[in-house]
Amino acid sequence: MARIEVDMNYCKGCGLCVDVCPQDIMQLNSEIMTQKGYHPATCVDQDACTGCTSCALMCPDVAITIER
Amino acid sequence: MSEKVLMKGNEALAEAALRAGCRNFFGYPITPQTELAAYMAKRMPKAGGNYLQAESEVAAINMVYGAAAAGARVMTSSSSPGVSLKSEGISYLIGADLPAVIINVQRGGPGLGGIQPSQADYWMATRATGHGDGHVIVFAPSTVQEMADLVAKAFDLADRYRVPVMILADGLLGQMMEPVVLPDPIDTAEIPAKDWAANGHKGLRPHNTISSLFLVAQQLEDSVLARHDRYQLIKEVEQMAQEEQVEDAEVVVVAYGAAARVCRSAMHKAREEGIRAGLIRPITLWPFPTDSIVRALGPGRAFLSVEFSTGQMVEDVRLAVEGRAPVSFFGHTGGVVPTPDEVLGAIRRAASGERFNELPFKNRPKGGVL
Amino acid sequence: MTTTTSSATAVAPQKGKVLFARTPALTDTVTNYCPGCTHGIIQRLVAETIDELGIEGTTVGVCPVGCSVTAYDFYSCDMVQAAHGRAPAVATGLKRSCPGNTVFTYQGDGDLASIGMAETVHAATRGEKITVIFINNAIYGMTGGQMAPTSLPGQVTQTSPYGRDIETAGHPIRVCELLSTLDGVALAQRVTVDSPKNVRAAKKAVRKAFEYQIEGLGYTIIEVLATCPTNWGLTPTAAFGWLRDNMLPYYPLGVYKDVKAGEGEK
Repeated sequence: MARIEVDMNYCKGCGLCVDVCPQDIMQLNSEIMTQKGYHPATCVDQDACTGCTSCALMCPDVAITIER
Repeated sequence: MSEKVLMKGNEALAEAALRAGCRNFFGYPITPQTELAAYMAKRMPKAGGNYLQAESEVAAINMVYGAAAAGARVMTSSSSPGVSLKSEGISYLIGADLPAVIINVQRGGPGLGGIQPSQADYWMATRATGHGDGHVIVFAPSTVQEMADLVAKAFDLADRYRVPVMILADGLLGQMMEPVVLPDPIDTAEIPAKDWAANGHKGLRPHNTISSLFLVAQQLEDSVLARHDRYQLIKEVEQMAQEEQVEDAEVVVVAYGAAARVCRSAMHKAREEGIRAGLIRPITLWPFPTDSIVRALGPGRAFLSVEFSTGQMVEDVRLAVEGRAPVSFFGHTGGVVPTPDEVLGAIRRAASGERFNELPFKNRPKGGVL
Repeated sequence: MTTTTSSATAVAPQKGKVLFARTPALTDTVTNYCPGCTHGIIQRLVAETIDELGIEGTTVGVCPVGCSVTAYDFYSCDMVQAAHGRAPAVATGLKRSCPGNTVFTYQGDGDLASIGMAETVHAATRGEKITVIFINNAIYGMTGGQMAPTSLPGQVTQTSPYGRDIETAGHPIRVCELLSTLDGVALAQRVTVDSPKNVRAAKKAVRKAFEYQIEGLGYTIIEVLATCPTNWGLTPTAAFGWLRDNMLPYYPLGVYKDVKAGEGEK
């Protein structure tokens, strides 16, 4: 199990992490809007995260930190 | 050191640059400045510096930009059409507050023009070295000795004010040989450190950025105005001109560079026939030596600008005079050098109270006397 | 699922828990790129390389005109902004005057292959010891989506509204293939960043280029096939699809020149 943290300051809600996640646990959170007006990505099931870092590798805004 | 040697003007510029601590030269071949680059190609590697023949003037000025950004003393040289190509890079140097020395050994224009001496780039040097609100300091040597002396000053002022400095020579000065006492080489350790340079922060300071880009209008205005503050200081303290027999002059001839040499001969001839002629020779073209012109204003006194152009500097003379005295112009262009007798004819007319803008159109009287 | 730390340079061994974090050679500044723009991925790979090699203090980057012009705000190393197309010449001045420094340029397709082609070819043939990161997204991004020298035949852009007509607009330029013929080039490789696997491969290539520069082998260029979702009019994900379907066939990935591996190897 790994822990994914998305920095709202950086995230622009592009969704690349959502598409690439093999566990299908990343989603854009339509409930929240960042200061710049984006729906940020969020991990909806931290327990399912394997720590593969695919989301972070594809994130153009380097918004994702992953810890085990 | 300090030995007197016989040198071409172009070579004196090069040797003086080396002695001023310049170890980076980027150029592209063009007549009539070629000797400068050839001299650098020979000497620079032995001095432990960089000589590089770029693929174009555009590339050369951008190599200058890179070396200047890294904090190096750097120079390029060209002639009129090549300087047009450099204008983009000069604008970026100005906008990024980078010091560099640019030599323009002028030839006739516009277009490919010719390869004979000319002063037709006065406007380009003083008004339009590139787009945007900006200036370069412009020196106009008149002898080979002065070419050597002004190079060191050019590097010093470039570093002090963080502005590009241009030495505006011409094909006549570049090609002529004269005895010259070369300045002693400086101790490069005495060049003030450039803490703004992008040469690697080594973990010792925050990162430096060299840029001329400001996307917020107010920030751009602030940046331009900060530079213009320095321009104001430069105008106040860096004006240079040589004044000869101006005190009692009825006609003050204003001429720079090689044209001033012709005018000096004409001035002596005029004095011999009883016309009190004087000479103001601007050494800085930007800042223009307005103070010298204003000091020379007096009752019954006329000004005569003589140039190897269709009349460019004369505008600065008129701006300085502000309508308080008659200002006339005489010139040749395209590489044709006026004779002392032609200038003498113009001095006579100015002394007689005539006000004129004289170019040697087809109806020019025979014998060169107007 | 195995974990990888090859791209996560900020991993502190003593912690042992961080699998991925921002690398210090990136500043805290939020980029001004559009959502899903791959510039951010590629810039991160360069920053991670700088940190892995421990050269932030001796690295100077050059960012010329284009979307990447404000990249000087995103890197912690010294940065120089350059005129459109002139980055290789500026980098030449920077490198020659400070040969101990590592100098990279970050150039788009219009910058490198159109207005700056002369500077590109000559810096390459001189074997300038610089690293060029070439972002090829087949369009002018910053000015709003005009035809680029690398726009594909038939590609619709603002200035090729009926599709790029090779009869009038000519053919796209394959930069790596072109430069690989020059003796001064030490490394010319084309990569892309459309998947975690390809991002890792791109990172390896970028690192190799920096290492070759430090070894003094010559000019190094990594061409990165990138997306411009905004000006392509596609979502970031769909843009990757367009890249795979259209760009990869015209611009095959591979090593076009590697002085260590021998010429001609792909």
